[in-house]
Amino acid sequence: MDFLLSLLEFAFGRQEQVLEALAQHVGYVVSVLVTAGVFAIVTGIVTRRNQLARELALSIASVFLTIPSLALFVIFIPLVGLGFAPSFIALFLYSLLPILRNTITGLDGIDPGVLESAKGMGLSPLQVLLRVELPLAWPVILAGIRVSSMLIVGIAAIATLVAGGGLGDFIKSGLARLPLPNSLEAIWLGTILCLLLALVIDLILQAARLATISKGIR
Amino acid sequence: MSEPLIRLESVSKSYGSGAEPAVRKLTLEVEKGEVLVLVGPSGCGKSTTLRLINRLIEPTSGKIFLNGEDVTDVDPSELRRKIGYVIQQVGLFPHRTIAENIATVPKLLGWDKAKIESRIDEMLELVSMDPETYRDRYPKELSGGQAQRVGVARALAADPDVLLMDEPFGAIDPITRDRLQNEFLRLQQELKKTIVFVTHDIDEAIKMGNRIAILREGSEIAQLDTPEAILSHPADEFVESFLGSGAILKGLTLKKVRDIDLHQVPTLTAPVARDQALQALQDSPDQVAVLLDEKEQPTRWIDEKALNRTSQPIEKSGRAVTVNLQPEDTLQDALTTMLQSSVGMAVVTDRKGKYLGCCTIESLAKLIMSEG
Repeated sequence: MDFLLSLLEFAFGRQEQVLEALAQHVGYVVSVLVTAGVFAIVTGIVTRRNQLARELALSIASVFLTIPSLALFVIFIPLVGLGFAPSFIALFLYSLLPILRNTITGLDGIDPGVLESAKGMGLSPLQVLLRVELPLAWPVILAGIRVSSMLIVGIAAIATLVAGGGLGDFIKSGLARLPLPNSLEAIWLGTILCLLLALVIDLILQAARLATISKGIR
Repeated sequence: MSEPLIRLESVSKSYGSGAEPAVRKLTLEVEKGEVLVLVGPSGCGKSTTLRLINRLIEPTSGKIFLNGEDVTDVDPSELRRKIGYVIQQVGLFPHRTIAENIATVPKLLGWDKAKIESRIDEMLELVSMDPETYRDRYPKELSGGQAQRVGVARALAADPDVLLMDEPFGAIDPITRDRLQNEFLRLQQELKKTIVFVTHDIDEAIKMGNRIAILREGSEIAQLDTPEAILSHPADEFVESFLGSGAILKGLTLKKVRDIDLHQVPTLTAPVARDQALQALQDSPDQVAVLLDEKEQPTRWIDEKALNRTSQPIEKSGRAVTVNLQPEDTLQDALTTMLQSSVGMAVVTDRKGKYLGCCTIESLAKLIMSEG
């Protein structure tokens, strides 16, 4: 109980700092989800018909996920310097695989009869993609986006190590000052905010799911 | 005959060099307003042939004309909008409502909204589905039979001259299939579309086709003729074996009860006195009479035994008439009804249930024999 009070005291004593870190963290999530989402979906669409291309794309995206996160944040510093850029690149590469894999799975899972009838009725290839394939694959793609968003919220805490800001700032400073006063509070504050942020983003995506998926396939 | 609506000229399709072609030098003409059935064993290339017409498959060589126009001169998507296409898997868009599904091609063609709306209802009514009930439903809420009705409605929505159907009723249970086939025949009488219909089921081919092309491997035509001609004069052993045994029985689906000379047994109109009934039976070569109610609808079979054995009123003696035939029923229906009937005869009524006469095994046999 005492700890909870001192945690709250710590948080409200630094409102500006908290809001800034939170804003940076949200900035990572949004910018990465949008760019990686578009990139992965387009890659999935382009490569899916070619066995070799799609396996290659999937392998490359998997490799990114196996690189230790700490290393992935650091290796781009020589190219792009410190701060937002190396963190953005690392998070971008991390979030590709779930979206890419789900895009391919989703498009593959469409009933061939539906595609045959779509073509047979005279939809052009682009119309088939936009009006039939993507809407039908969307639930699966969106599930991939959710997984990626969770990944990003967690891993974005590492951005602080390359001066990228975010909620990781509290965790890092707390770790550095252990066991001094307020060090544990800082670590907890960063962690709890990450969790809450993940929860809120998940709720938003859940709402997006209900809003964007046709009743016919829900 | 006028210029055929669809003409395939020495069309071939092969996949890769060296492989046996799926379609080999096929020449085929489809007349305006007819149902041409392509039937053959699986793998004979009948579906490939169908998909060549709307260019879902491009021919390796040869030409295909629609309305005298070479289909390869037209943009394939635009060509397909003018050709209805119905497939076994139906392929309704699961994320779209029934109304949106039916509106697909009209929307592609840029019809205005009001016209599309009224067309949707018209189409649903055409396939015997209530627009109010079904317009806003999704495909997952439909049974297989209903889904294929919508599939047909969707294919007809933009009023194409040509309809291509690839085993449209193949995945539907036999009872529903039979009903859909009958409804489809009724529709076709109204609409007079030019239809190419693919099936592997010879019975379906005989029932649906104005002409049947029996295909063997490589989409080679073994025989192309009317169902009657194919049944009575199969061209070769392949056709014979494909028809299977009982070609005469299959022919029964081609003729209707109205072709039969109906047999007249004595009729009694209720109320009737017992001795009057006995008198009528004794005057007739038949052992049986039909009792009619005041609306001239047949109710019971009456014979002497029934009259003697019971003290019940005549209206309750004898056996009930349970199934009536109507002039539009096929001879196959007639045969089934007769075999199930207690007196070896079946009652024929008009649509309102009014008695017309009886159908006997002898009259059926006479009709079949007269065809030689």
